[in-house]
Amino acid sequence: MPLTEKQQERYSRHLILQEVGPEGQEKLLHAKVLVIGTGGLGSPNSLYLTAAGVGTVGIVDADVVDSSNLQRQIAHSTKDLDRPKVESAAEKMRALNPDVEVKPYKLYINAKNINEIIREYDFVIDGSDNFETKFLVNDACVLAGIPYSHGGILRFKGQTMTVLPGQTACYRCSFREPPPNPVGCSRAGILGAVAGMLGTIQAAEALKFITGAGTLLTNTLLTFDAATMDFRKVPLKKRSDCPVCGENPTICTLEVHAKAAGDSLP
Amino acid sequence: MEIRLNGESRFIDKVTKMSVAGLLEMEQVTSPEMVAVQLNGEIVDQGTYHNTMIVDRNEVDFLYFMAGG
Repeated sequence: MPLTEKQQERYSRHLILQEVGPEGQEKLLHAKVLVIGTGGLGSPNSLYLTAAGVGTVGIVDADVVDSSNLQRQIAHSTKDLDRPKVESAAEKMRALNPDVEVKPYKLYINAKNINEIIREYDFVIDGSDNFETKFLVNDACVLAGIPYSHGGILRFKGQTMTVLPGQTACYRCSFREPPPNPVGCSRAGILGAVAGMLGTIQAAEALKFITGAGTLLTNTLLTFDAATMDFRKVPLKKRSDCPVCGENPTICTLEVHAKAAGDSLP
Repeated sequence: MEIRLNGESRFIDKVTKMSVAGLLEMEQVTSPEMVAVQLNGEIVDQGTYHNTMIVDRNEVDFLYFMAGG
């Protein structure tokens, strides 16, 4: 379907980009992206994907807005305290762009529900705040063959990589197992704007994946330290001995995640 | 010996080799379990940090686990 006059105006700065243009914008309007977590990373991701006119943006989070979130989670306002995060973010997204269908999922993503949700989407953004979910998202996306963006932040630092399952290195190729006693932002702290820096890189990767523009952050871990503003791309390899995407995988279902959560899969 | 550590050249005086564990200690990495170590492009198994040797001209990357979102 060709762009309406209003859409030509709204997306004019995309349309004049040679790498996007009307074709790329139409692809965006038909695309579906899922953002897991509606916090520091999920906020900029949800807002930029919505602004860009991604046809369907799903957002997943079970939490409510806490005052300690507002220092960085820009989808939420002071008046949203105690509201479910997905409700608060969905309101901003709908106000920003009525072209976009916003699908809020007020739930904790887990081994039981993740497959049903991600299979509706073309691309997944990991904006979760714990290793259990990060490894679950990696394994579920790799097993289902759904491209995704890994993201992590801590203090002044951030890291991200884009995974094309079966073709490029996955998160587990380098980060084998969740570490035993992880330190998160609530204990270590996070400079607010770092969440925006990393989240917008992830959103740009999603837009590039959908439109085919540029080169993705595949087989590469982009890391930065906002304290010095040093950015670095570390080359990564897809490992033949990777437990989930290697030649003899030991993780072939999400059962290991269900067990870790004291659950079992049907 | 001279190695590349996290993309930067690093001269380590008076030694010709050093274990991964030794380098982590020298670099004052307080929580080695929060780092995946890549040596010449290969991930080093955590259980072998004491036996895996780094020599002249090796490339080492510390990949930090970051849980925050």
